[in-house]
Formats: sequence, structure tokens, C-alpha cells
Amino acid sequence: MLPIIFVLPLLQLVILSNAATFEVQHIKFGFIDNDHSVSSRALIEKFQASTYFDVFTNFPSNSQASKAMLKGEIDVVLDIPQFFERDLQKEKQNHVGVTINAIDGAAAGVENVYITQIIQNYNQHLKVDLQQISDQKTQAIRIETIPLFWYNETLNYKTFMVPGILVLLVSMITLFLSGMNIVREKEIGTLEQINVTPIKKSQFIIGKLFPFWVIGMGLLTVGLLLAKVIFDVPMLGSLVLMYAYTSIYILVILGIGLFISNFTDTQQQAMFIAWFFVVIFILMSGLFTPIESMPPWAQLVTEFNPIKYYVEVMRMVMLKGSGFLDILPLLIKTLLYAIVMNGLAVWSYKKTT
Amino acid sequence: MEHNKVIQVTHLTKTFGDFTAVNAISFEVEKGEIFGFLGANGAGKTTAMKMLIGISTPTSGKARVAGFDVFTHAEDIKRNIGYMSQKFALYDDLTVKENITFFGGIYGLSRKQIREKSALLIDELGLEKVAHSLVGALPLGWKQKLSFSVSLIHDPKIVFLDEPTGGVDPIARRQFWEMIYKAANRGTTVFVTTHYMDEAEYCDRVSIMVNGRIEALDTPKKLKEQFKAANMNDVFLKLARG
Amino acid sequence: MKRFRGFIQKEFYHIFRDKRSLFILFGMPIAQILLFGFAITNEINNVDIAILDHSKDATTEEIINKIGASKYFSIQQIIEKEADIETIFKKGKVKAVLTFEKDFSKNLIKEHKATVQIIADATDPNTANTISNFVNAILQKYQNELNKEVTIAYQIVPETRMVYNPELKSVYMFVPGVMTIILMLVSAMMTSISITREKELGTMEILLVSPIKPFQVILGKVFPYIFLSIINAIVIVLLSLFIFDMQVQGSLFLLGLESVLFIVSSLALGILISTISASQQTAMMISLMGLMLPVILLSGFIFPISSMPLPLQIISNIIPAKWFIIILKGIMLKGVGIQFIWKETLILFGMTVFFIGLSIKKYKIRLE
Repeated sequence: MLPIIFVLPLLQLVILSNAATFEVQHIKFGFIDNDHSVSSRALIEKFQASTYFDVFTNFPSNSQASKAMLKGEIDVVLDIPQFFERDLQKEKQNHVGVTINAIDGAAAGVENVYITQIIQNYNQHLKVDLQQISDQKTQAIRIETIPLFWYNETLNYKTFMVPGILVLLVSMITLFLSGMNIVREKEIGTLEQINVTPIKKSQFIIGKLFPFWVIGMGLLTVGLLLAKVIFDVPMLGSLVLMYAYTSIYILVILGIGLFISNFTDTQQQAMFIAWFFVVIFILMSGLFTPIESMPPWAQLVTEFNPIKYYVEVMRMVMLKGSGFLDILPLLIKTLLYAIVMNGLAVWSYKKTT
Repeated sequence: MEHNKVIQVTHLTKTFGDFTAVNAISFEVEKGEIFGFLGANGAGKTTAMKMLIGISTPTSGKARVAGFDVFTHAEDIKRNIGYMSQKFALYDDLTVKENITFFGGIYGLSRKQIREKSALLIDELGLEKVAHSLVGALPLGWKQKLSFSVSLIHDPKIVFLDEPTGGVDPIARRQFWEMIYKAANRGTTVFVTTHYMDEAEYCDRVSIMVNGRIEALDTPKKLKEQFKAANMNDVFLKLARG
Repeated sequence: MKRFRGFIQKEFYHIFRDKRSLFILFGMPIAQILLFGFAITNEINNVDIAILDHSKDATTEEIINKIGASKYFSIQQIIEKEADIETIFKKGKVKAVLTFEKDFSKNLIKEHKATVQIIADATDPNTANTISNFVNAILQKYQNELNKEVTIAYQIVPETRMVYNPELKSVYMFVPGVMTIILMLVSAMMTSISITREKELGTMEILLVSPIKPFQVILGKVFPYIFLSIINAIVIVLLSLFIFDMQVQGSLFLLGLESVLFIVSSLALGILISTISASQQTAMMISLMGLMLPVILLSGFIFPISSMPLPLQIISNIIPAKWFIIILKGIMLKGVGIQFIWKETLILFGMTVFFIGLSIKKYKIRLE
């Protein structure tokens, strides 16, 4: 059991933190050049020069390109029509076809932005290369944008994911263990024996849950060490603050676990219910997808998601160096949550046994 | 004569690596006998029993159960024996009737046989009122009686009972032994492990295992004489201390 | 065969008596599909941004209005000095600050050039990068409008066609993933739990002593879950059709066959887990902790596999879910036939055979 509690999560932290990136890279690019002109080749070269695109297959026909897209061999197709160069010179404007595999809508949006940028860039050159002097009456204006990425200049995704995945692992382990624990005694029948001993119920509960609290804190410690040593994740804020928050946060999770345990008869039920909530908590935590993009009702639902708070606090404290006052509102909510959950858990425990 | 020996064991041995769990034991059990298989925890009695019921292959030696060789005909043995484990082993989330039907089914009884058997069984145990309640809701003593009856559902030649009376009160234990006698009178051989020494007195013959060997084997009366002991408990203590 | 039928009947009793598990079993896919359809998206919408406008002229106002009007951004705050940026970032709500330089309009007219700084909170690099891209796109469009009268330059206009998902609905992307996760976890977890449960309660021993064959025991345990998983798959397909108007483009028959193949491979994985765990607790921790995150992260469900570092791309090949997601996307969204996905199908089949073989081997060792 011990390897499952410690080794499995930490191994996942090390491996999976590398997996979570939305960065759209290595776009598999296919093209159909019906013109074979200087202009068409120049346009394709622009794409080849970009770091976002890969592969570059030349398809003789549209049908072959579609087939390759069906097989998943390419993500986008650029279709350059016949007489592309001639018409461009004559009409001063021409069209190219762009087909994007849009199953992943968000990635397709980003791919579209990249493609548009490259073509615009090409247009600028066209102006220089083809434009006649007489046209140059007025100069085009340009609005330049300078992106600055604070706290994470190189857009390192691991910096972002490591604290989040650590949060998940701490939450999952403590929830599953505490959710299963008391119901296990119920199922095996030892709970009855304990209920006839003079031990107070609160003592019993604390005695049962304390080890899981320790395990959670231990996981956090090892996880933070790994984050520092392997991923060199910045830790700008105070460690004390992180531990203080975590110690309260784990109480929330243990409360939920205990509550589930009280309302179930078998370990299987307990695990199923815990699983149900964990999946929803994870998906709505802002860990993988931004919370701001959710509709208002869904954002309201996330207010009841403890994992959301923990993800937020860890990222704020570790990566931005937020202080006590910055996280105070979150801390208060978490504390209230802990009190309510544990209150409910103890109350329901007394009622059911 | 041979025909009446339903269990014949000679030099049966089971080793796990360097550890010899069962060390060349030999004994015979006759038809209709109640055979007590005693020993302290870890003496090897569960391992020995597992070889006899065909879920563990012996390292060496010979054993025939219900006329079949444990090495070559384990599947035939399974059809001719019943088994009740020390863990209570009916399904809590099935009703009394559903449990009977299920176990009848896996022993290959026909639908008609199952119907007759379950009616008989429920009547004998006086479970009419709870026939359609979940087994999980029954008191432990009832569950054990039911479990025993279910292990006899296919009229096995031998029934193996692994510490069947753990955790029940003396009255329920008494009633349980009455059921064992009844089964033995019908000709079923009963092979029972227990660590209650008073129960050993109810057996026709008992064997006592110490560290993988059978150190004593006879009727309770003769054993008491042999070891000059007042009861079986003293016999056991004398043996265990060496 | 008669024995076997009784056995399956008993398994169904177990499942239907446990109302809470049953509720989760069927509630889970519904909840997830609805969440992904209505709540969760990996797009950027309504991101809170702040403006720091050193110029405050007609042009910057127009740009700010354009940005505020876009569905991507909502302007949360107008700040007055650079020092405020740090403070609002630390509070965590505002994700980016747009800074307009002094004399923006003037520069634009005089120098034909003006600068906007996009300062993004890059603790979330995904969002930061996308914000930067989208602001860029809005500014480009604005710039082109301004230039319309001025230039008559040659230009190439891309005509973009979004295929397989023209409206860019993110639910299209998530449905195959949700279906995979549900089928995988339900099948693997339920079988591993229900087998170890019999071990823990001692009934497994009774079954082994009975004449019923071990493989019949396992088959009997697994069979009801094939049935339940198929119902789950049907519910998911129907929900996505009726609520999100997501038609299955390819053959329903093929979709059914592939689903059964994947379910069987997950069940085999569940059996394998049960052979290596002695208690329900261990089985659950292995199937939940060991399967959940790798399946979510490495299968291409949310994150594109092609963007992962090479070692992870290689590891992702051993995740059956990855192959099933490719198959599902092919059949459901692209409408392809078996000739396009036979390779993935074969890999999945091979994995299934491997899991079954390994669990038979492990199971035999345990019996000794």
C-alpha cells in the first residue's frame, strides 16, 4: 500500500507535469501547389521558416490531402490555386484555401491565428517586392505589440503545472484514503467493536484521520522538494504560508472523506462517490482549463470546489510570491469550509452509528 | 474396508521455499466420521486442508479424497465435497433464497432440485419469515447455520468446516453441533478444524498438529488416557509445550 | 452454461442492489458530458484584463472599445500607474494589462508607428500566450481598417475552412475523451473491485472449492460490466446528439464494435489489477491513482500529444485510451471507415490479448 500512496503519486508528478501543455506546436502542414510559381514557393517557404509548423507534405491533389487529414497525418492544408501569381499581379488580390482540422476547436483557433500572421507577413513583403513606386503615396501605419510575460518569461508550462498536479495528488490521496477508511471498518465489522469501547467518538475520528493529515503533509513536502530539484520551479512566497494553508486545506478534504464514509455501506460505494466528486473538482479547478472562460453559473459552482482554492493559493504563493493578505480571502473561505465539512461529518457520524 | 476410507493421506508434504508448512502427515478418515483437525495458529492445519479440498497442490506425498487423487483429479474432488470457511461466506447483499439458489446453481443442481432443496432447507432452519430478506440483516448465528446448510446443498460425501463456530455464543455453538451430528448420521463425513477444545470432545476422533506434524491421533477418550489429562485442553497444552 | 447463467444473475443482483454505486455509474457520464458541453472549455472567453493608458486619446479609446467588445476579454479595471500592475496580479483576478504608450495617436500619425505592451500574468502560460495572440489579432484587424484607404497593396486573403467541427465547439473535442475515460475507469475499477471484494469477504475461496471453473468465475464477473459499459456508451452518444447536436458521422456499427473492443481491454486490465491486489483498497488505489491522471493527461483527451516532449509521446503509446480516442474521433467526427483506423484497432486488440494473457498467468500463480 505504501508504494501506492507515495511512489505512484510522486512518479506521476515527475512525469505528467511534462504532459500538460496547450501550446500548439509541431503543426503538421500539408500543401497543394497548383501554380508552381516563384510567388507560391515563396509563400510556402514562409511557412517552412516558421517554428510552429512541421512535416510539410506536398500533395498533388485535394483528394489526397483530404485523405491524409482523415488519417490524421496532417493538421492543416494550404491550397494554392492555379495562376496564383498571374492573377495576383493582375487583380492585386488573390485567395488561398486554408483547411484546418478543427476537432480541437481551441487549437484550430490558434492555428488560424498563426497562419493569418504568416500570410500578413507575406503581404508586407509583397508590398515591397511588387508594389510600384507610384502607389506609394502614403505610408501604411503599424501598431506594434510587445508581449511581456511576467512571473514566467519563457512560458515554461512545467512551472505552471507542477504546483497544480501536486495539489491534485495531495487531494486525491487524502480523500480516497479517508473516504475508504471508516467504511472499511464498517464493512469488515470492526466498527461495532470500537463503538462498544469507552473511546469518545471525537477521539476516534481524530485518531483515524490524523495519519492521513500527516500523509498529506508528507506528500506536500516530498512534492515540493521534487518540484525544486527536478523542475526548478520558483518558490517566491513563504513556505510557512504554504504549509499553514495546506494544513487547513487537508482538513476540508478529510471532512469530505469522512462525510462520504458515513453515508456509505461499502468501500466500493465510498470510492465511487469520492471518484465522482474528484473528477468534477479536478475538471472545474482551473488546473487544466481557465475558470474565467466558464459561464457565470459554472463559475458560481466552482466557489464550492476546494481544489480550486488550493490550486489558486499554491500558484499565487509559489509563482507570484503573494503574501498573507493576498490569500486571506481564500484562506477564510477554506477555513469556513473546513469547519462546515467537519461539523457535518461528526454530526452525521453520531447519527448513523 | 478400503471403500469406507473417504480420506486417505500418506506422507503429505507442502513446502514454501525453505519453510515446511506440512511435514509428511498421514491419516485416514472413515465414512460418516466426525474428524477433528486441531492445532495452534500456524501449525499448518489450514494449509493441509487446502490441499485436501483441491485449491493447493501438495509438494509430495499421496492423498485421496472421496476416492479421487488430489494431484490428478482435483476437479472431481470439488464436485464431491462441501466447504465452509472460517470467514463467513454467503453474500450479504443477496437474500436467503437467492444465496441458496446461487450456490445450488454453481454445484450444477437442476432448477427442480434447487426448488426442493431450498424449501426443505428453509423449513429445517425455520427461516420462512426471512427467506426474502438480505442475508446481511440476519444475526451471525443464523448466518452460520445457513452457511453450513448451503455447503451441504449438493449432498457431498465429505464436508470440510474451517473453524466454523468462531465468534458465536455457546447456545448457537451447541445448536450448530447438533446440525453437524445430524449430517454425520445421514452418512456425510465431517472434517472440522477448531481451536475450541471443548468442541474437540464432540468429535469421533481428533488429530493434533504441532509445527507441521501430526503429534497425536485418536478418540478424545483415548487421548485423555494417553496423556493423563482431565480434558482435551490439557492434552493440547501438554503437546504444544512439547 | 446453466451454472454460468446463475452466476451472471448473481452479479446483476450485486450491481442493482447497490443503488448508490449504480447512481454514480450512470450519473457520472451524464454529469461529465454536461459539464464539458456547457461549462468547461479550453478556449479563452471573458478574460479579465486591465488597461494602463498613458495616452488617453481618441485612438486608444477606440482600441479599448474594440477589445472590450470582443468575447475574449472583459475590461476589469483602468489603472493609472505601472506600480499597480504588480498589486493586481498578486490578487490573481486580472490576467493581463494592456499598456498604451504616451502620445499614441500622435506617434501613429507622425511616425506611422505606435506601440502597445501586453503584460500577461504568465503563471498560466496557456492563457498568457493565447491572450497575447488574440490581442495581436484584434490590433491587426484594426490596423488593416485604418490602412484601407491608404494602401492598395497586393494582398493574399486566406479563405479558411474549419473541417470536422466548423463551429469550433469544444464539446466535439471532449466527447470522445469523456467516453474513453468513463468506459476505461468504470470497467477497470468495477471489475478489479468486485473480484477483490470476493477475495476479501472470503467468498472467492468458496467459489474456488466449488466445481465452477476459475475462468467462469472471472467471465461471470466481467460480463455484467460489458453490458453496463455499453449502456453508458449509448447514453453518451445520445446525449451528445440531442443536447449538442453532435452527429456520429461514421458507421454506428463500427463504433459499437470498437467500443466493445475497448471495454474488453479495460475489463482485462481490471482483472489484471485484481490479480495483483489482495484488498479492495489496494485495487481501488491502483485503478484510481494509477489510471486516472495518466489517462486524462497522456491520452490526448485535453492536451495535444504532439506538443509533449518526445519521451512522453513515446510513453503515450502504451496507454490504450490514446488509441481509442483516435478511433472515436475518426468514426464520430471525421466519419472514416475501418480502412483508416485498422492500425489503431489492431494495437488495441494486441493490448487486450496481452492483458488477458498476463492475468491468466498471474491468476494461475496465485492459485498454486
